[in-house]
Amino acid sequence: MLLNIKNLHVSIQGKEIIKGLNLSVNKGEIHAIMGPNGTGKSTLAAAITGREGYEITKGEIIYKGQVINDWSPEKRANEGVFMSFQYPIEIPGVSMTNFMRTALNAQREYKKLPPISAGEFLKKMESKKKLVEIHSKLTNRSVNEGFSGGEKKKNEIFQMAMLEPELAILDETDSGLDIDALKVVAKGVNQLKSKENAFIVITHYQRLLDYIVPDFVHVMYNGKIVKSGGKGLALELESQGYEWIKEQFDD
Amino acid sequence: MADEKKEKEMLEDVTSGEYKYGFVTDIETDQAPKGLSEDIIRLISHKKNEPEWLLEFRLKAYRHWLTMEEPNWALLHHPPINYQDIIYYSAPKKKKELNSLDEVDPELLDTFNKLGISLEEQKHLAGVAVDAVVDSVSVKTTFKDTLAKHDIIFCSFSEAVRDYPDLVKKYFATVVPYTDNYFAALNAAVFTDGSFCYIPKGVRCPIELSTYFRINAANTGQFERTLLVADEGSYVSYLEGCTAPQRDENQLHAAVVELIAMKDAEIKYSTVQNWYPGDKNGKGGIYNFVTKRGICKGDRAKISWTQVETGSAITWKYPSCILKGDYSVGEFYSVAVTNNYQQADTGTKMIHLGKNTKSTIISKGISAGKSNNSYRGLVRVSKKADNARNFSQCDSLLLGDKCGAHTFPYIKTANPNAIVEHEATTSKISEDQLFYCQQRGIDMEKAIGLIVNGYAKQVLKKLPMEFAVEAQKLLAITLEGSVG
Repeated sequence: MLLNIKNLHVSIQGKEIIKGLNLSVNKGEIHAIMGPNGTGKSTLAAAITGREGYEITKGEIIYKGQVINDWSPEKRANEGVFMSFQYPIEIPGVSMTNFMRTALNAQREYKKLPPISAGEFLKKMESKKKLVEIHSKLTNRSVNEGFSGGEKKKNEIFQMAMLEPELAILDETDSGLDIDALKVVAKGVNQLKSKENAFIVITHYQRLLDYIVPDFVHVMYNGKIVKSGGKGLALELESQGYEWIKEQFDD
Repeated sequence: MADEKKEKEMLEDVTSGEYKYGFVTDIETDQAPKGLSEDIIRLISHKKNEPEWLLEFRLKAYRHWLTMEEPNWALLHHPPINYQDIIYYSAPKKKKELNSLDEVDPELLDTFNKLGISLEEQKHLAGVAVDAVVDSVSVKTTFKDTLAKHDIIFCSFSEAVRDYPDLVKKYFATVVPYTDNYFAALNAAVFTDGSFCYIPKGVRCPIELSTYFRINAANTGQFERTLLVADEGSYVSYLEGCTAPQRDENQLHAAVVELIAMKDAEIKYSTVQNWYPGDKNGKGGIYNFVTKRGICKGDRAKISWTQVETGSAITWKYPSCILKGDYSVGEFYSVAVTNNYQQADTGTKMIHLGKNTKSTIISKGISAGKSNNSYRGLVRVSKKADNARNFSQCDSLLLGDKCGAHTFPYIKTANPNAIVEHEATTSKISEDQLFYCQQRGIDMEKAIGLIVNGYAKQVLKKLPMEFAVEAQKLLAITLEGSVG
């Protein structure tokens, strides 16, 4: 099992957001996490990636057999956890190329590998850029600066392609995307998908799941996974909305 | 809350790198007694075998200095400087004239090696001519032959006084007269050496010129004098870099740099300054009161100042341009980093006198620890400067919540056609940016280095290639080895 989350409780500034969540993800699987706004989907992503301020008060996150509750965000990243941000961050003056090379070399240093050579790095960039149909110009610009919404999300997928994670979390990657950008993002994910990695796709809408077909769909509500099923569950949510979930599971 | 504390600790941790260049070279020195008087000035002049006119100039400057008061308008705080407690002359004992590096004191070479700027390396790799100033006497000048081919004069100030008295007399103290300010007057009275450079008409200097200043010998003030003249249609890029050994007592540094660009000439003057900033508790460090000014004398002349300031306990420095020629251009690109208890009050003056003159100011302040970092700039447009244009951008970046950033822009225009633009921002490294980097596997220390270098990039890219690398390293040292 790649990821095993057991009875997870997460608080932000003393307020409990995730209230006993269980989830297991195996290699080769795609899991979709759906649910109404404010139910803790993004908090779950932040807890898995180790963001500061998200306090695990109870439970365990087990990744590749180890409890990672206390690991730094960079250690988790270097161990293969990647998150595509809902709102990618701008870093003025730092070119995408420099940023990616620094990240890749941090990962290599962690694995006790020598830094990647300039030639090898550029070759890798070129091939991954094609994969996500990202323009050369974008990688010469500063990280996310002046990128459109769609470009930012494509850029996240590009970074994912470069870093080759074992566990990728897509946090509302579809939000604010037009259908063409959505297709590009989905294509990227489908190309990167393998028996050796897994994806957690967090989304509010079913739309993305037309292109990234999940093995499992989980419905999150009020800090817990309240319902799990196959692809059909997403369609059910699409046609019926979240109201019935709310009615069924409201305290 | 605990996380916030952790982040603070981390910030402190990564911003409190020990000064790496704190060591003392043990070379026999020939020193004057402490204190300042006409006798000391006569002694300095005598030691340097100076002509009468220069001694007279020194004495006039000294007498004028006595009537002046130390300026107190800058946002700087320091205990009063006891000018009688300073040694004004100190020279490594001359053994004999040196012809090659083999003859240079091995300990001195070792000092340069520790700094990572060995003369040999410089000679072979960078194609940079180095006039190494240790204390106050030039020890070795290299690349003289190459320069001689182009009739370029690049030598120590003392040599210039001896060998090119007419040139020196013609330009010396014409941009910064001794009456200019307190520290310029002091420098004029007691300066011991420095660099002189003359680029003849139409000559494009084939190599980057550089001088490494270095304070040594305890309790020695350093009073350098640089005079750089670019004659009509010439071009020169001049690099100045400083590192100083660790000291417990404050050391005063009051240099004067004068640049003169004639018609169609261009001067690029780049500085990387890394004087000893004092320890973590604000003890010790260099007091750096520098007057740097250039004049674009002829039409279409251009002067460009680029500075990366990471050192000194106190920095008081405003490299300026007087744009006298029509269509002349002045530029100021600055990165100033302060950490711990460092204080910097730095900026520029752009004085537009000629028609269609243009100036650009890009200032990036980075404050960490308990430091204070101020930009102070003046843009003045005279009545006759039709169509003068200025663009100023002053950004401040704060690391942590105990430091300060201040911006004092002064704009005075007497010409209705002038266009003066000023932009200013203050920002903090956001937690979002740090987490974004961390999520990609980059640890916090490296992330801060990356973000800070990105922030300063606009200025760093103005530096000559070989200096840009050193500048990045210095940013890293000041904010702890976070930049690769």
